[in-house]
Amino acid sequence: MHNRFAAVAVAGMVTLMLVAEVVGATEVGEPAPPFSLTTADGGTIALADLRGRVVYVDFWASWCAPCRRSFPWMNEMQQRYADRGLTIIAVNVDRRRADAEQFLQSNTARFAVVYDDRGATPEAYSVKGMPSSYLVDARGTVVDVELGFRDDRKGAIEDQIRSLLSSR
Amino acid sequence: MNRHPLEMLLALTLALTGCATLQPPRPWEKDRLARPEMQFEADPLDAKLTQHIYDSKEAATGGNGVGGGGCGCN
Repeated sequence: MHNRFAAVAVAGMVTLMLVAEVVGATEVGEPAPPFSLTTADGGTIALADLRGRVVYVDFWASWCAPCRRSFPWMNEMQQRYADRGLTIIAVNVDRRRADAEQFLQSNTARFAVVYDDRGATPEAYSVKGMPSSYLVDARGTVVDVELGFRDDRKGAIEDQIRSLLSSR
Repeated sequence: MNRHPLEMLLALTLALTGCATLQPPRPWEKDRLARPEMQFEADPLDAKLTQHIYDSKEAATGGNGVGGGGCGCN
């Protein structure tokens, strides 16, 4: 009697330990997890409303050094391709809004910035590092996942954006 | 021991697994870990000099530390 109970208890513990590990990551070819987040001026941006546009979803934080380098590049992409159908959404994951605002004072963002201080969106995308970016095509499918911001990937991402825009 | 086997087992399991059942901070939760005061070395130049002296005294180099800070970005 006791033995069976003990076995169940141990099995339960082991399951608990394993459950935390089994979280699927958002990968290329999968639909981008939907989100609806607020901007600084109280507006809402929902990924679902951007069907038909190419969307570059970037997760950033004020404490993340490479994120600082990614902002000028994203400004450039926004300026170059926005009117051809690209939308850049930078999802801030700071726990304190003030930190994000301070970052934005010295790093101008000429693209949409939304806030998720609860971490639900990075959780849904199972972000593996900061920054992480997801290139989403017009049908809402993830076509590229970038971990970190690397200068040698800029060209490849821009090429992808360009080909997605022309095949849209 | 024999009077409360279940309680003993529970206590033992919790003690043995320790913090292994706790979730480490996710990448987007590493704000505090990324702060300068959370680094092992306060002064990078000082750390470099110390390491250089250590390397020459030991006549061996490399294998110290890992790449990247606490933020998981590198």
